[in-house]
Amino acid sequence: MLTETDWSTITLTLHLASIVTVLLLIIGIPVAWWLARTTSAFKGIVSALVALPLILPPTVIGFYLLLLLGPNGPVGQFMQWLGLGLLPFTFEGLVVASLFYSLPFVVQPIQNAFESIGSRPLEVAATLRATPWERFFYVALPLAKSGILTAAVLGFAHTVGEFGIVLMIGGNIPEETKVISLQIYDHVEALDYTQAHYLAGIMMLFSFIVLFALYSLPKNRPIRYGA
Amino acid sequence: MHNNAAPNSFKVQFELLLSNSVFSIDLDLPNKGVIGIFGESGSGKTTLLRVISGLQSIDNGLIQINNAIWQNNAFHLPIHKRSIGYIFQEASLFPHLNVEKNLAFSQKRAWVNKQSADSTLNQTEIYRLLNIEPLLKKWPHHLSGGERQRVAIARALMINPSVLLMDEPLSALDYFRKQEILSYLDKLKKELQIPILYVSHSSRELARLADYLVVLEKGKVRAQGEINQVLTQTDLPHYLQKDAGVIVSACVIEKDSQWSLQKVSFGDNSDSAELWVHDNDTKLGDYLRVQILAKDISIVLSKPIDSSINNILLSSIVSIQKDNQNMMQIQLRVGKNTLFSTITQRSAKHLQLEVGMKVWAQIKSVALIA
Repeated sequence: MLTETDWSTITLTLHLASIVTVLLLIIGIPVAWWLARTTSAFKGIVSALVALPLILPPTVIGFYLLLLLGPNGPVGQFMQWLGLGLLPFTFEGLVVASLFYSLPFVVQPIQNAFESIGSRPLEVAATLRATPWERFFYVALPLAKSGILTAAVLGFAHTVGEFGIVLMIGGNIPEETKVISLQIYDHVEALDYTQAHYLAGIMMLFSFIVLFALYSLPKNRPIRYGA
Repeated sequence: MHNNAAPNSFKVQFELLLSNSVFSIDLDLPNKGVIGIFGESGSGKTTLLRVISGLQSIDNGLIQINNAIWQNNAFHLPIHKRSIGYIFQEASLFPHLNVEKNLAFSQKRAWVNKQSADSTLNQTEIYRLLNIEPLLKKWPHHLSGGERQRVAIARALMINPSVLLMDEPLSALDYFRKQEILSYLDKLKKELQIPILYVSHSSRELARLADYLVVLEKGKVRAQGEINQVLTQTDLPHYLQKDAGVIVSACVIEKDSQWSLQKVSFGDNSDSAELWVHDNDTKLGDYLRVQILAKDISIVLSKPIDSSINNILLSSIVSIQKDNQNMMQIQLRVGKNTLFSTITQRSAKHLQLEVGMKVWAQIKSVALIA
């Protein structure tokens, strides 16, 4: 059924998606908290930047990242100056590209969750001697739990499903950057429809199960406060 | 932060411009008892509590409680470092924690009282006062409005505050819940040795609870003082006119079971005044809070012998003043107690009332408010 290469693309994809999800939560939660609470004039700009990948073709992001991270790009030059390798066509490069690409899928549900808490529970906590950090960890985070879970699932699933940006930055190197979507593409190119069917079917099933689980969760239940 | 020269006091002074409303507040409050904050909506009641708590920041001003300065022109103490208990209009329990954990959130952060232990309530007393025990394992959304508010009050008390701020804690409740919580507040008031700022737009609630009254109007202090002093001033705002009068603490001294009446006595022991009021299941020696409104006292020159009114007291006129509604406010002395009567100018002229005259005060009704 599945070839050895198929299996290695599956594990590589899951590995990539897991790392990206963890990193996205670490980056996305503070960004979402800031966006939910700030009155700064920069809120609009930051929101727009975070949301860009929602509408840009992945190739555009991939193209700019390639220029930025490549040997002649500022980040690429900096990496070389540090004595580190270049990011394009490596697994690490793929992680960085995926972070950009999946960021809005993580930030927006968490931001919505933080916004729906309102200021009252945090004010109450402040009057009960909770420091700003305690208010965040003991009140805001638990109350945004379902939003964070949604964000993690969406971020993971979206990273599993990416194609264009992976092709631009990753370059389709087996065991390094060849993820499931690229493998399917290769199978179709080679007119090997049977193998393509297996992987495509797995992706269909995976995506459906994830979305089904997400929409079945009692996640959008409004938070019930006291009268 | 500490200024030992300042005596025990509670000062709040600030000016604030907030969404086109100007607040200009200067209060010198007692440091214990219930301080009623009265005013119509938009008068700045909630803003006052938010400024005291630090939830609303101000650029300059002074907030000082006893020897601790919470705010002055150079210094702003963050909210979580102010020793306050804040009870919001809506109970605002943490929805992700059950009752026990809501209370624990407060308890593990409680202030340690530097003074005597008896000025604070312990957990057992708070649970008993507010009947918390049966609610401990429940979730906030399974509680009734009254139960939620009891838990919110308990949570605010468990932080062991030096000031309790209550922002219309009863407004979201129906009549019976209100009565229930009010009786808990009556008990609380007797046991707490800290100032309780109680915001309300209900003069009845304040007559029942407050010792000191602040009247706010359009962001400014219209009147402040002991509740009897404020409610007997001649320039009382029109919306408090109906509440003009005195509130006294009276002791039950006699029962008349045949007519369901009880006799209460108030004022100086040697020279007290006595009133017959309806019996409300008290015991001899109990203390009641009694409100005698100025509009319920009429004045007659000779003692009526055929009146339906039970309470007719011999009194002398101390002062006669015209109030801002063009009514005459007559200050009466009964023994060593002061009562007020509001009558029309025509009646005052007709009876030829003068300071020093002996008259009979007919008290049409006496309200037992707690």
